[in-house]
Amino acid sequence: MSDWEPKIVAFLCNWCSYGGADLAGVSRMQYPANIRVIRVPCTGRVNPKFILAAMRHGADGVWVSGCHPGDCHYIEGNLYARRKFALLKNLLEHVGIEPDRLHFSWISSAEATKFAETARAVVGAVRALGPAKHFIKKLAEVA
Amino acid sequence: MLAYTEKIREAARRLLAENRVDVVIGYRKGTIPFANEPFLAKSSEQVDRLYWDGFCGANLANYLPKRTDRVAIVAKGCDSRNIVVQVLENQISRDNLYILGAPCKGMLDRRAIRKALKGKEATSCEEEDGKIVVSGRGFSTSFERTDVLQENCTICIHRNPVIYDELLGDLVPEQQGVDRYEDVRKVEAMSPEERWRYFEELTASCIRCYACRNACPMCFCPTCFVDESTPQWVGKTINPTDTRTFHFLRAYHLGGRCTDCGACERACPVGIKVRQFTKKLEKDIIELYGYEVGLSLEQRPPLDTYKPGDPESFIK
Repeated sequence: MSDWEPKIVAFLCNWCSYGGADLAGVSRMQYPANIRVIRVPCTGRVNPKFILAAMRHGADGVWVSGCHPGDCHYIEGNLYARRKFALLKNLLEHVGIEPDRLHFSWISSAEATKFAETARAVVGAVRALGPAKHFIKKLAEVA
Repeated sequence: MLAYTEKIREAARRLLAENRVDVVIGYRKGTIPFANEPFLAKSSEQVDRLYWDGFCGANLANYLPKRTDRVAIVAKGCDSRNIVVQVLENQISRDNLYILGAPCKGMLDRRAIRKALKGKEATSCEEEDGKIVVSGRGFSTSFERTDVLQENCTICIHRNPVIYDELLGDLVPEQQGVDRYEDVRKVEAMSPEERWRYFEELTASCIRCYACRNACPMCFCPTCFVDESTPQWVGKTINPTDTRTFHFLRAYHLGGRCTDCGACERACPVGIKVRQFTKKLEKDIIELYGYEVGLSLEQRPPLDTYKPGDPESFIK
């Protein structure tokens, strides 16, 4: 598995973290290219179904990032999301998904450095775990 | 507890005669032992079919969402908490409800009794003074009531109805010093790999019949996530990943809403302990947000609100 590269689905909020990623890009900051960005209007838009669907379709890790509390474009979307994700993360860990497969962060559109750092940390953590083996849907092998 | 039967009939007759309600939701005696059926009495002729004993486990709150008529309903502690959540979530108006509160000493587990009978066919079951007498052709066995309670009833700490318009009997003492989350903690102590295997074995026999969902008084979405097709978030097969996704999401949807009434486990035809998922969420919500489900009509449900200082140590 030496040529294995982790696949990470990143749900970035349009107003902050997506802007942070953009700034990291135009500032020529280096971070691993293992993340696949999905732009969402707000972290409050991220339904737990999305995260499970990403894992089912073969993501090795999922990363959700949005505005800092208090900075939400929609005033309170990320505050609801915070409660939602706290429970989701606890539940998924409880049923045996490794804690390091699921990451959350608050990154503003000015925090390009934090974005690059977090991307490195997320990719590093997922790489250390190896390929996801549990949640991926495997079709029955028919001769 | 049997005395409730007369009380329910009396209340139902009075409420229907006074035209206070259009329907009384209660139980009637089932056609086989250990299983009573939900029953909707709409006229005074039907009132005498209402019945109560230790097998009235079915959660009647399941029949409430979106009803527009005036309803009287028999509610145990857990049922009444479900009604509170339904009122909070605008599924039913409190003004249309007349709640007949039934202080409850726990419901009996038909599976535990059948197991103890070791294949003998029971034809009748009587309940008196904390004892259950089960008899069939050529045998009669007696059980202590406390030995054959449903698992969720043994750890229940809200036996008395939370809201009611009328009580069917005296309030019962609540159980003290109950450790509600012993089994959850046992699982939490395992390694991720062990936990994965534990839940793999737990859900292995699932046939995706959705009985747990259908029996749940909190599952009233117009379109359930398992029935969504564009996009289809959850696979419909009994592939282990699809089954697991279903169980995770079903439990997650009940976070902050589940009252541990045990309807899901009672309904499961293959005996999966589905409460293992919902109990973890219940425990987390108490620990993280100090919220216990269905105790107050004033407080918003935990996922419908937030506080500035909510725990966020898991967020970078």
